Amino acid sequence: MRDLTLRGGFNTSTVLLGTSLLGLAAGLVGAVAMLRRRSLTADAIGHATLPGLAGAFLIASAVGLDQRSLPVLLAGAAVAALASVAVIQWLARQPRTHEDAAIGIVLSVFFGVGVVLLSLVQNKAPKGSAGLKDFLFGQAATMLPGDVYTIGAIAGVCALGVLLFRREMAVVCFDRGFAHAGGWPVALMDAVIMVLIVLVTVAGLRNVGVVMVVALLVIPPVTARLWTERYHRMLMLSAALGACSGYIGSAISAAFEHAPTGAVIILTSGVLFLVSLTAAPKRGVLASAARSVFLRLRIAGDHVLEAAHDAGTSRLDRHGLMQIAADRRWNALFRNAVILSLQRRGLLKARTPEGWQLTPGGTGRGARVARTHELWAEYLVRRADIAGTHVGWSVDQVEHVLDAETIQRLETELGGHVHARAQA
Amino acid sequence: MIQGRRTKRPVGDLADRPEHSPQSPLSIHAMTVAYNRRPVLWDVDYDAPAGSLIAVVGPNGAGKSTLIKGCLGLVPLAAGAVEFWGQPLRDERARVGYVPQRETVDWDFPVSALDVVCMGRYGKIGWCRPIGRQHRKAARDCLDRVGLGEYADRQIGQLSGGQQQRVFLARALAQEADLYLMDEPFAGVDAATERAIVDVLREMRATGRTVVVVHHDLQTVPVYFDHAVLLNMRVVAAGPVSEVFTTTNLQQTYGGRLTLLSEAADALARADGAAL
Repeated sequence: MRDLTLRGGFNTSTVLLGTSLLGLAAGLVGAVAMLRRRSLTADAIGHATLPGLAGAFLIASAVGLDQRSLPVLLAGAAVAALASVAVIQWLARQPRTHEDAAIGIVLSVFFGVGVVLLSLVQNKAPKGSAGLKDFLFGQAATMLPGDVYTIGAIAGVCALGVLLFRREMAVVCFDRGFAHAGGWPVALMDAVIMVLIVLVTVAGLRNVGVVMVVALLVIPPVTARLWTERYHRMLMLSAALGACSGYIGSAISAAFEHAPTGAVIILTSGVLFLVSLTAAPKRGVLASAARSVFLRLRIAGDHVLEAAHDAGTSRLDRHGLMQIAADRRWNALFRNAVILSLQRRGLLKARTPEGWQLTPGGTGRGARVARTHELWAEYLVRRADIAGTHVGWSVDQVEHVLDAETIQRLETELGGHVHARAQA
Repeated sequence: MIQGRRTKRPVGDLADRPEHSPQSPLSIHAMTVAYNRRPVLWDVDYDAPAGSLIAVVGPNGAGKSTLIKGCLGLVPLAAGAVEFWGQPLRDERARVGYVPQRETVDWDFPVSALDVVCMGRYGKIGWCRPIGRQHRKAARDCLDRVGLGEYADRQIGQLSGGQQQRVFLARALAQEADLYLMDEPFAGVDAATERAIVDVLREMRATGRTVVVVHHDLQTVPVYFDHAVLLNMRVVAAGPVSEVFTTTNLQQTYGGRLTLLSEAADALARADGAAL
């Protein structure tokens, strides 16, 4: 608990703040990467840093540098990451290799080289290799304040880069052709986005690790997109989600000694994603399920009103309702829900012994639906050349969703041909 | 508003070629474009007359979009040169507007209709500066002009195809350019959108602007446009619609008489593939 509230001493507090800043930067860069469709490339970049880390370790010990110095290791990682980007882009330009295949090749081959180099490191220096192991899955607990400052500085630069050029990046991500024609340096902006991805990935290695660092770039923006339809809000939300994941993840990992930091950070943002996917107001699973249920109820209600209109009555008795329900295979629950929804929308009055009475609104709606039905059937037969016997399903569904403007057009074009259904 | 015509001395490469006029908003000289060494446009020569609506028509694969992209530097030219008012594109960019095909962008992108139209002003706003009130107002006016004022705050994915096309048109209006290159703005749009586009085009012509439109509906060409370029990997005919829209020209454009050109293109591509 002490760790969660920044009272865990100077060291822990530094790590928490550094990791939060890292999450914030990753949220911002990740949002741009996602919109530029570079999430998969980011995964390859993450894996491709391993040979860079191991290579830097080997070279540093060969020339007598401190082989565990974070700046040295991260520099090696960045070089390998940039090399992987160059190879991906070169491969994708070849006529017979598509980009997804290129990414797959680079990801696995670079990672394979990294694993081989790692075993070399372990054979050579069994004691000194312990530090490198932390980079595979991430470990914040063993970080020194100096390491945190390095990572924080890189993250800060990345965050600033996105915030400063967020509008320019939006144009390039949304419409490259337009941006290019307007004289924006599209290739340069792409390169900047790539470099930002590489930098933030490298900064995340120590905390989250080679294997999972991509999640830091991918999960927060996807989560943010569930909540908003606007670019700036998405950037801010993604940054906030990233920072939260980083903070909570490293706090938990500090509280429980040797809990794997990277995994906890990723799990935290995974939980935030799942909650959002379920509960987000427009794009969430619950919301869209509710929308679909309400639409089905509305269409079913229309059918009831339309049936009453066709029967020339403004009353619905139990027998009539059971008939409709049987024809349309509604179960008892759905049937009751339909009635309830009609009543709540003020189209049907409360139940009396004889059945239900339609309100004037209900009668009007029934007449309108019946008319649209006629018009649409006429349109299909006359203009789309579909046999009259084949229009049933389409008419049944379409009549409920046409907007007023379309109905008006149908009415002007075909109204003369369609006579109101005979009223009993 | 048209920006004052600058009386710059023509400095482009085409200055001393008598067949090209520096008054023309768009001069294309001997343009050849190839994708992976397969030529899709051969030796196109064209001067767009100022203040007119110009349709570019031709069958699928005739290179209509490529022509526009080549002019704007979006695809590299294998040979030839393009000039705007006798200047290279980089000197006249602010006066050239572009409407890409609607399918080329991701409409799920998290921006509103107004945000997209504001992108048309970015060239005037400059790097890293906030969008000023007057720019936002100008963008809103452009949305009004295409009849989408009430949809300004809607996410672009929630608009119909025709409305999306009108958003692109409004963004072009916001650029306040003197020459517009439009790639299939009429493709798959509803009647209301078609009317809105035609109105905007006529307004542009009335204010002295020039518009080059890739178009697919031959029937409406004489109704909407003054000039036409009949294209099938090369220019079959170009000029006033009344002159170039002849049966012979149209047959030549659409009749598949150019088998030799496409066979040569295939052969080039094959030779290149064999060398790989």
